Amino acid sequence: MATIELLRSRPPSRVGLGWAFFERQTNLWKRYWAWEVVWLVYGVVNTLAITFIANEASRSGTVSKGELSRLTMFLLIGTLVWAYMSAVLDDMSLTVMWERWEGTIEHTLMAPVPRVVHLVGMSAFGILHAFIRTSLIMACALPFFQVDLGNADWATAAAVVAVGSISLIGLGILASILPLLYPERGEQMSFMVQALVLLVSGVYYSVDVLPGWLQVASHVSPATYLLRGIRDALLNGSSVSNQAGALAILAVFGLVLVPASLLVFGVAERWAKKTGRLKRQG
Amino acid sequence: MNIPEARPLAPADQEVAVGRRPVPLEVSNLTKTFRHKRLASLAPRKKAKKPPRAALDNVSFTVQTGEIYGILGANGSGKSTLIRILSTLLLPDGGTVHVFGHDVVKEPGKVRPMLNRVSADPSFFRPMSAMENLLFFGRAYGMSGPEVRRRSAEILTRLGLGDEHAREPMLHLSRGQQQKVAVARAFLSSPRLMLLDEPTTGLDPRSKREVQGFVAEVRRESQVTILLTTHDMDEAEQLCDRIGFLSGGELVAEGTPLELRKQVAAGRPLDEVDMEAVFIELTGRSIEEDENEDQQAEGGA
Repeated sequence: MATIELLRSRPPSRVGLGWAFFERQTNLWKRYWAWEVVWLVYGVVNTLAITFIANEASRSGTVSKGELSRLTMFLLIGTLVWAYMSAVLDDMSLTVMWERWEGTIEHTLMAPVPRVVHLVGMSAFGILHAFIRTSLIMACALPFFQVDLGNADWATAAAVVAVGSISLIGLGILASILPLLYPERGEQMSFMVQALVLLVSGVYYSVDVLPGWLQVASHVSPATYLLRGIRDALLNGSSVSNQAGALAILAVFGLVLVPASLLVFGVAERWAKKTGRLKRQG
Repeated sequence: MNIPEARPLAPADQEVAVGRRPVPLEVSNLTKTFRHKRLASLAPRKKAKKPPRAALDNVSFTVQTGEIYGILGANGSGKSTLIRILSTLLLPDGGTVHVFGHDVVKEPGKVRPMLNRVSADPSFFRPMSAMENLLFFGRAYGMSGPEVRRRSAEILTRLGLGDEHAREPMLHLSRGQQQKVAVARAFLSSPRLMLLDEPTTGLDPRSKREVQGFVAEVRRESQVTILLTTHDMDEAEQLCDRIGFLSGGELVAEGTPLELRKQVAAGRPLDEVDMEAVFIELTGRSIEEDENEDQQAEGGA
């Protein structure tokens, strides 16, 4: 009996604590299934609307028939990667916002869960959620287009997504800080951050078309390397070894962004505690 | 009716338990001031801003093991500010708070496993069922899924809620039922210090009696220490061993209900002196006056 109690009196495992957040988000996801359908439909329509631009370019003679498949793939990859990235960033920015809406923020933040574990649990759900949603969008959108995937290196694309997702977690944690600091306008401010990433990262065009000063900004966005790596893998069949440089840059982004964002979140949380912002909305 | 057994102490607490026994709650010279928020507006600024107002002003008190200590005051008197500081959600400007010897500002990680809280507003993830909510909060306190389910069922049954209620989304439950789930959430982790922040506000008389009965029963059967904030005089007198009057952020009087009555009786029989009269006499104002004057204090938070 004493042994059992000693075992039970050990501090709870971090995996178990992180699982609390993953499981909670899954339960919320199930309950809000109608919203999920809405976002899925929106994602599919958005993907189709943007990718059909390639067909128009072909019809009007702007691109040749031979280049149609490549342009279609270029736009398709852009919309899908953006759907994935914005889903991760949205889920992470909801870390604080959702708790404020429901009024649970005080109960959650006073629970004995290290903030790192809390945010990692939320990120794990965000990544899986975004991956499933994007896969469904892709499955729905692909039949509308004739694309040549014979040359695609899916393993390399998967490696780029896996490594790039770590830096997205860092960006997501940074996005979640704004609603922590600004209870009423924080969510809108996080949309602004997303819009800037969209502008400079070459989602629907090559970053080469940007003005020089915006091209500089594109270098500090991990999304630029994520998109470039996936496009190279799927359009040109680039192998993992060919993408070693992009993977290394993405890894460095992840290694810097995740600890830095956790540090900034900690500072922001302390400031919110000092000014009384850790409370429900309304 | 058996209380769910207490969960074993964390190693740090076992260490403390075998040595000297620190008091559950020690508040010393606690001060917190909020600056008034300026609303974002394009209109020109007219007047100089109001001076900051102290939500808590040099508040000191101690709560002993197994005691129910009541903080009585109007809305805006500083009760919620006090509870939020104790909950490690708000940093004080001055003074200290120790929970079982641990500083809430310097050692929040050691304080958090030992306390839990019921708020006036039962805040939950409303689309999720009661059990899904309890699973989340139980796991966040390091409990396993089966352990949460077992203890939740025990506590909810004692509060008059059955399995069918546990499976319902929170938004389908009445206000009273939601508050009972909030009580279950708080007692689930077997806290050693329970913060009850106006736990019966807005409840119908029956639900109020049931929650008060549960609190009294848990106190009788376990060594949990309770800090109860309320503006309900009868509730404070019925449940609390000692009461402190908080008015305008200051703790203006404290003592047992009997001691407080004696202070203002002035020769009258004690049963003719109700707690409302004691509050007015010792604070110099009624609960309603306090409420009107101090509403802004915590709004600035």
